[in-house]
Amino acid sequence: MSSPTSTPGRKRGRDGNPATPSSEGPTSPPSQRRRGQDSSNGDLMPMPTSPATDMLSPAAPQDTSLFSSPRASVLPNEVDMSSPLMYGTPSSRVEGTPRSSVRGTPARQRPDLGSVRKAPQVDLHSEPPSADGAVASEPNAGQRLVIWGTDVNVGTCKEKFQRFLQRFIDPTATEDENAGLDLNEPLYMQKLEEISVVGDPVLNVNCLQVQSFDAELYRQLICYPQEVIPTFDMAVNELFFERFPDSILEYQIQVRPYNALKTRNMRSLNPEDIDQLITISGMVIRTSQLIPEMQEAFFQCQVCAYSTRVEVDRGRIAEPAVCRHCNNTHSLALVHNRSAFSDKQMIKIQESPEDMPAGQTPHTTIVYAHNDLVDKVQPGDRINITGIYRAVPMRVSPIQSNVKSVYKTHIDAIHFRKTDEKRLHGLDEDAEQKLFTEDRVQTLKELAAKPDVYERLSSALAPSIYEHEDIKKGILLQLFGGTRKDFSQTGRGNFRAEVNILLCGDPGTSKSQLLQYVFNLVPRGQYTSGKGSSAVGLTAYVMKDPETRQLVLQTGALVLSDNGICCIDEFDKMSDSTRSVLHEVMEQQTLSIAKAGIICQLNARTAVLAAANPVESQWNPKKTTIENIQLPHTLLSRFDLIFLMLDPQDEAYDRRLAHHLVSLYYQSEEQIEEEFLDMAVLRDYIAYARTYINPRLSEEASQALIEAYVDMRKIGSGRGMVSAYPRQLESLIRLAEAHAKVRFSEKVETIDVEEAKRLHREALKQSATDPRTGFVDISILTTGMSATARKRKEEVAQALKKLIQAKGKTPAMKYQQLLDDLRGQSETAITKELFDEALRSLADEDYLTVTGKTVRLLA
Amino acid sequence: MPSTHDWINNPLDVVEGMFAASQSNPKSGWEAKVVEFFKDRLKEKDAHTWVPSLNDVPLHYLKPNSLVKFRCLIQDMFDPEFFMGAYETVDPSTNAKVLRCGRYKDVTECGVDFNSRNTVTAERQTFYCVPIPGENPWFSLILSHSYACSSQARVVPSTSYAPTRQKRTEDGQMCASQGHTEQHGNGDCKRQETEAPSSQTASASHLDLNFPLPGEKGPSCLVKVYEDWDSFKLNDTLEVFGILSVSPALSALADEKDASSSILDPTESMETAEEQRVHSPPASLVPRLHMLYARPLPHNNPLLPSATLEDNSAFLSSTLSEMASVRAELLTYLTHVLLGDALAAEYLILHLISNVYARRDVLPLGKFAMNLSGCPAAALYTQRFYQIIQQLVPSSFYLGMSLQNMNQMRLVPKKDYVANRLVSGALQLARNTFLFLDETHLEQGQLDTTGVRNVTALGNLISWQKVDYDFNYHQMEFPCNINVLIASEGRSLLPSDCQIHLQSQVSPPNMEEYLSNIQLHPQTSSQLNKFRIYLSVARQLDYSISDEMTKSVEDDFVDMRKDDPQSVSAEDLHRMLVVARLLSLSLGQTSLTRDSWLRAKHIDMLRRSRMEQHQCVNGNEP
Repeated sequence: MSSPTSTPGRKRGRDGNPATPSSEGPTSPPSQRRRGQDSSNGDLMPMPTSPATDMLSPAAPQDTSLFSSPRASVLPNEVDMSSPLMYGTPSSRVEGTPRSSVRGTPARQRPDLGSVRKAPQVDLHSEPPSADGAVASEPNAGQRLVIWGTDVNVGTCKEKFQRFLQRFIDPTATEDENAGLDLNEPLYMQKLEEISVVGDPVLNVNCLQVQSFDAELYRQLICYPQEVIPTFDMAVNELFFERFPDSILEYQIQVRPYNALKTRNMRSLNPEDIDQLITISGMVIRTSQLIPEMQEAFFQCQVCAYSTRVEVDRGRIAEPAVCRHCNNTHSLALVHNRSAFSDKQMIKIQESPEDMPAGQTPHTTIVYAHNDLVDKVQPGDRINITGIYRAVPMRVSPIQSNVKSVYKTHIDAIHFRKTDEKRLHGLDEDAEQKLFTEDRVQTLKELAAKPDVYERLSSALAPSIYEHEDIKKGILLQLFGGTRKDFSQTGRGNFRAEVNILLCGDPGTSKSQLLQYVFNLVPRGQYTSGKGSSAVGLTAYVMKDPETRQLVLQTGALVLSDNGICCIDEFDKMSDSTRSVLHEVMEQQTLSIAKAGIICQLNARTAVLAAANPVESQWNPKKTTIENIQLPHTLLSRFDLIFLMLDPQDEAYDRRLAHHLVSLYYQSEEQIEEEFLDMAVLRDYIAYARTYINPRLSEEASQALIEAYVDMRKIGSGRGMVSAYPRQLESLIRLAEAHAKVRFSEKVETIDVEEAKRLHREALKQSATDPRTGFVDISILTTGMSATARKRKEEVAQALKKLIQAKGKTPAMKYQQLLDDLRGQSETAITKELFDEALRSLADEDYLTVTGKTVRLLA
Repeated sequence: MPSTHDWINNPLDVVEGMFAASQSNPKSGWEAKVVEFFKDRLKEKDAHTWVPSLNDVPLHYLKPNSLVKFRCLIQDMFDPEFFMGAYETVDPSTNAKVLRCGRYKDVTECGVDFNSRNTVTAERQTFYCVPIPGENPWFSLILSHSYACSSQARVVPSTSYAPTRQKRTEDGQMCASQGHTEQHGNGDCKRQETEAPSSQTASASHLDLNFPLPGEKGPSCLVKVYEDWDSFKLNDTLEVFGILSVSPALSALADEKDASSSILDPTESMETAEEQRVHSPPASLVPRLHMLYARPLPHNNPLLPSATLEDNSAFLSSTLSEMASVRAELLTYLTHVLLGDALAAEYLILHLISNVYARRDVLPLGKFAMNLSGCPAAALYTQRFYQIIQQLVPSSFYLGMSLQNMNQMRLVPKKDYVANRLVSGALQLARNTFLFLDETHLEQGQLDTTGVRNVTALGNLISWQKVDYDFNYHQMEFPCNINVLIASEGRSLLPSDCQIHLQSQVSPPNMEEYLSNIQLHPQTSSQLNKFRIYLSVARQLDYSISDEMTKSVEDDFVDMRKDDPQSVSAEDLHRMLVVARLLSLSLGQTSLTRDSWLRAKHIDMLRRSRMEQHQCVNGNEP
């Protein structure tokens, strides 16, 4: 067991003595051995890590072996006692060794950077003691030193970082991210001030900012995080205690870099990343319980009560056999509660579904969280994690010396960032997740600049579905959505930005296919079928977790599709109670839940794309939309666009359709792809527009909208009916905004309004045409009855009243008799329903009552 | 150059040789050369038949570290692992350092110098592979025949194996003639029990090998992939040629896990016991296979030459010329089976050769799920029927849609995060598997949550040819290509591309007897083999529509709509195009002709008129 598992980052704790800030001596070349080069020539070190101990003199001849194991690197503790880099040397913490620069604030271990258990190892026989130790112990030799195995010079590195902290001003900062900070002052100095006030000794450093400030420093940070981060810590602490000499912290400030540009997909991690600083995104799937990891064992002699401490070395504690004080053998006993432990937690993360290539299963990675990062994340959280990638060899068995030739890999977490945390207050969480490359943005912008981008995109949408151009355009606008407006300060709350669309029509007109397509296109889409979903399936339900016996809120489709699209097929088959849930969602965009003691309001800012079949299985053109699909008009009026998907039954159309279908069956993949935009491009285009474009109404556009609205009202007023309500105006605004987004325009202009008007009119023409008159009549959708129908009802009622009056003083009449009489008298056909309604309206006037088959006059 | 024996029996020698040779020249790319070498060897005539197959030969007859092949389905993909691609060992006595190759091996030699700078870390991917689910018994029968003829004995030096082969063949034949539903690999296990009672059966009981279908047996395998693992997809069917590794050290790892080693290396103790069990099962039960070369299986029919059809024009032309006649025979046979209903038999042929050949965004093209309604409920007709189909297709699965089955079966694969694996479900099937849904078993009652989910999953499978695997926090969609036939009395509750109502021309007094008479009739296996080849070939043919035909189809459609717009919808055209395609292919024609189009129209009309009739009778059908 002498040497098989020397592992990376063995002893962070002894990283030499860079305590002395005086190491800028005469220049000397950086180490010849740069690890960056090692990995580039393909000669991948199993764990090319900083071996250890110490500084390497430039000409150190021993660097033939990267691994420090058999080297006599026993630095006496005293050498680096004073170093703030003494993470993992618990003795320093416990005993509070005097510290030079930081005035007694204890340094806290950073097991995340390399654990103590991998402490140095002594094998005096294999190799003669290296020069390293010697060099390390004489830091004042005046040479420019670098940490062994790297090109990091502690002094320079520290200085650079301090300069970064003191000078960096984020040019791209936005208010909301750094609330309460002065954007024109150095950002991190303000953060340090915050630390001194709040007392939370953690400084998060955005690596991107480091990169923009000093690319070289950034490179070192990425390549040698083990060495550089402690140096940063040191730099920060010096700076901090210089500035705020009186502040008292629990322990020294720790630097937590995040957002390393090496942001990777879990899939692209490869051996070259070992021991480098990486940021990957994923979803937490499992967390272990807290594991107390012993850092240092406390032994007490049973005889003389002499106590001694032993550090954990690679998971083992060497029990002292002899008491140094009384020389009794085997008299020392471990005292558990005086030993030092650190917290550790194993977290499993899994690739997020968006990052995965089709047809493969997601990868998982093990992450270890240490100390205060423990319990920061829960299963189900989507996180970006920054940490150091590690690999450890596996041993087949403790007895055998041959090893399974496989490494165990894990990530030591340094920083967590929940990607969905911002959902609580902000809406731009997509910006965090979806990073567009310059090239991609360029292509998207080029595409947006084309005059026919709107047509192009709409034809790229579900190319296998033929025609229905307007419907596709409508769905396209729905995908983009309007601009979110917040009037909560003036008391009106949020305005809905999502466009809701209902498709109705004959069965078999590829409605479901359109829904499927949309569901596949958007990242946060949900697909449910009205038949199969209950109210709780759509909203949320409370259930008892079988393990913890706690009540857990499980969210349903509508909540899950927050900021996405909820596709509901067979909308008409949905039960009334389920549908009633949608009322709130479709206008207020929230869901209120009061169940099992949990009362809450969840966001459900989802656009609804629903498909409904006519009640009679075939669309009856003689009936209105309401009559055909039998949906309550309260719900229908919440849809911005209602489209009918009907068979046009016209020869030219049939021919085009046939051609389209046949070509679908024989064209090769390539041909198809040439013709249409790639689905991925479309997806990116939409994501980009949704994230970055927030159009506002221009002056002309608002004028145009006003005119449009007034026109719509006028159309109806001539015939004594109202053809537009404020809801329609809101729809128009949303559609116009969405259209501006399609053009990547920050301003809504007249053309946007024109298109919105046209589309809205088209949809109305299809769905709100009164089959009796042929006029567009919005009241079909808003009240469920067309104005002509209402007028007709009144006429019949009047005629009936006259008829009864003409009959004279007959207090009671037979129902059937009356109907026959009325039919005989009237020149138009009178249905039984019409008659019933007329009776009802007369009853409402208290003119008569209907009891069973007799009609009695009142008064 | 190593002889045949060497590269099959000791492939690692070849690898080591090349590795050693490359040392002088570090940029030689020896890895690629190794792969190339084995690929070339296997390309030689019949070479691949000399390689013993893990599917047929029990594990304890195979020599460790020899080249074997395995016909399998990728059931799960584990995380990639880093291993020592090359490492240095130190001889403790002489202190001499030797550089060794770690590829294609699980365990290193003694005395590894961990600190050597010559160590190369490389990455490989592990797939969990199972035998192709639902393989029918005739399948292994044919393979074992071909092995018996080939040079099996040469490869397996253990002599005791040759005689048992014969016995096994008889076994298999018996089974096939009886036509049991779930005796795949029956021969295998019987023999194992008698000859090696201790080895596999005992340990199998406590380890779930995660087969998609219940009651399956056979070896599963951890396949280590060294190159291009991104090109493999879940549920791909492959023939893997690789080096078998059954080092007992791998099993030891699992056994000694609990006590001692966990203290030693805390990182390992983090894995749960379940995960350990799944990811490092004993090698005697789940051997490791280090992939040298994998051949995707475009079809899973041992009767066909393994090369693709284009490469094998002689075979293709000979089959094509026979196609029409074989089709006629098959039609007659199936007509008998379907109680004299020729139209249903015709549709059944079309169904059997259907195949999803492309996808346009979400729409799968070429699928042809069929609903055979009007099945006589009596006398287990559907099961008999399935057994007959089973003899024709390479892999199939019978799913009785009883209420109990629907409520309890696991159809959709689900990720188990504790064990960190994908727990398989019955819908994790290889491409072109024949799935027979027997709805006649369905009785009145309540579906619970699982039941509803299962029915939805079946519906999705039929409509979109995809299965949404359950990853607990989200679902993931996996496309599939499964031929679904639903047998029902009335119209099925599941969607289908075409429904045909069975009209029996004969009503045999004893259904059981009638069917078993038919089934035995083509016992002459040459006849059956002809059918099998026919179905597999027809499915793989290319197909095109000329511009002229496009035009005439368009005209036809317009005309049909003109007469009666209600009668023909876009969906009907979709279906007719598929029918026309399958009809042409079933006749061995690779492009649409006027005749086939008219015939497709004709049979579709017949089918529809039959449905209308039936509706009139029943009245309440929607």
